[in-house]
Amino acid sequence: MRRFTSVSLYGLLCVLLIAAAQGQWIDAYVQIIIMFIGINIILSTSLNLINGYMGEFSVGHAGFMAVGAYITSVLNVWFFTSSKVFGPPLLTPSSAVYLFPVTLLLGGVGAALVGLLVAVPSFRTRGDYLAIITLAVNYIVKSSIENIQAIGGARGFMGMQNTVNSMKESWNLPWALVWVLVMVGATIWTIYRFVNSTYGKGIIAVRDDEIAAEIMSVDTQRMKLVAFMLSSGLAGIAGGLFAHVLGYINPGTFTIMKSTEVLVMVYLGGMGSLSGSVLSAIALTLVLELFRPLQVAKWVVVPLLLILLMLFRPEGFLGHRELSDVFPRLRRWFSPQERQS
Amino acid sequence: MSLLEIRNMTRFFGGLRAVYDFNLRLEGGELLGLIGPNGAGKTTVFNLVSGFYEPSDGEILFEGKNTAGLRPHQVTGLGMARTFQNIRLWNSLTVFDNLCISQHYHLGYGLWDTVLKTHAYRQSEQRVKKTADRLLETLGLSHYAREYPKNLPYGLQRRLEIGRALSLQPKLLLLDEPAAGMNPGEVEDLIELIRWIRKEFKVTIWLIEHHMRVVMSVCEQIKVLDFGETIGEGTPEQIKKNRRVIQAYLGDEEPIHDA
Repeated sequence: MRRFTSVSLYGLLCVLLIAAAQGQWIDAYVQIIIMFIGINIILSTSLNLINGYMGEFSVGHAGFMAVGAYITSVLNVWFFTSSKVFGPPLLTPSSAVYLFPVTLLLGGVGAALVGLLVAVPSFRTRGDYLAIITLAVNYIVKSSIENIQAIGGARGFMGMQNTVNSMKESWNLPWALVWVLVMVGATIWTIYRFVNSTYGKGIIAVRDDEIAAEIMSVDTQRMKLVAFMLSSGLAGIAGGLFAHVLGYINPGTFTIMKSTEVLVMVYLGGMGSLSGSVLSAIALTLVLELFRPLQVAKWVVVPLLLILLMLFRPEGFLGHRELSDVFPRLRRWFSPQERQS
Repeated sequence: MSLLEIRNMTRFFGGLRAVYDFNLRLEGGELLGLIGPNGAGKTTVFNLVSGFYEPSDGEILFEGKNTAGLRPHQVTGLGMARTFQNIRLWNSLTVFDNLCISQHYHLGYGLWDTVLKTHAYRQSEQRVKKTADRLLETLGLSHYAREYPKNLPYGLQRRLEIGRALSLQPKLLLLDEPAAGMNPGEVEDLIELIRWIRKEFKVTIWLIEHHMRVVMSVCEQIKVLDFGETIGEGTPEQIKKNRRVIQAYLGDEEPIHDA
């Protein structure tokens, strides 16, 4: 019953946070920070699937985030709000509260399909070459959005706040926070289950020795497809949430700068470590927030952190280990390595 | 229907003729050796058979099924598993996981089953783990289940790699130089192991080997390759006396002044 404890602990945390937000015990600023932490957890754990567990080097995670953000936002503005671009709402605004998860997932599906742009080339190429492809995909996505005038082009897209508000009208809850917490839980669960199953460990086999994996009956192309699509799909969901937390998105947000931020989280936490990614997403979001007064200098300090990290602890805080390997007592609460036999 | 039939298999790498007109018929139950000087094309033959390379010409039939166009994991799934000349274990996964993941082809569940922990997932995981456990025990590796392969002594790494191939319950086992880099003691263990595996798992074994002590004492039939061409076949006794084989290994007996 060990794993029940970690799930119920997380549930308890969610209830507490939602209650705190509802009761105005934590102000809007703190709520936003919590939501950004959640979004960053989804981004870093999903990127870790590729860069850590599968050992490829993807530097275009923000591109998939952008796809999800735009698909979800456009659908929500189109369906549930009256806007200058799409006119009156297609559905009643009150249905937003039920259909929001659907549009969120559709954003994820869209991002997963764009993930094919990386997954298919990965059959033939890997390492540095694939990294350049991911970079290219990031730029393709950003430039495409900049050139679609119907959704605002480079000026950006807004109106998502209305959807969040209409959800709030039907049911008075901090909906953005609720969905961030649900999706963080779902993401960690999915990745945890995946990398602890014999099926999912196939991607670790691909990292260790791809030829041996293929000859020992692992369908390497399929595993790459699954890993890339799962990772980019989750990034898309994170993007959809991001858009609804901010209420405004523009293509300039989803550049290599954003991808780098996620990369730093993955490498800070440690490759192939789920708990490491979660911890570093929390830590780095807080650090970046503390450095906000530094403004542009923030982008000197953060890369500097990366240089120091690579010099003194290249494997990250928890490289290929989980928190419970470092502190075995934590096994009482959760067990990243499933008990074998 | 024979287990494996290879007809006129040929492979070119650019202008290099790596394997030429290779023919073979295994009915099942044999223990065949493939020998030849360095660069004769032995490993290329294995790479062709396991689907890693596509033959330039000729065909490979496994239990009557043509393997042309199949990807290596599919060929393996048909029931033939192999080991590598240089050990290729997954070093960041435990010994136990190495034996589980190799059964990937027979898992029969996908991403959603792992997320939702479906019945298919539980059953399959249980079956896979049972097979791995049993193999660990029969190969005497139970003690190392949680260890990483790179920490194992060389002989045990070989043993594990053979075990990984056996976890697929193959009908045909291809061993690429299993004795490479072993000390004499380990070689004796290996000879025992190969004989025992054959009896225990009732598997047809085809091995490439440089170590004559292994080939001559274990194999019933031997095929000799040189420059991609088959220059001899027969029992170990016949091979030892085969003139072309001796020539290929040791050179001509006649002095070369008249050349």
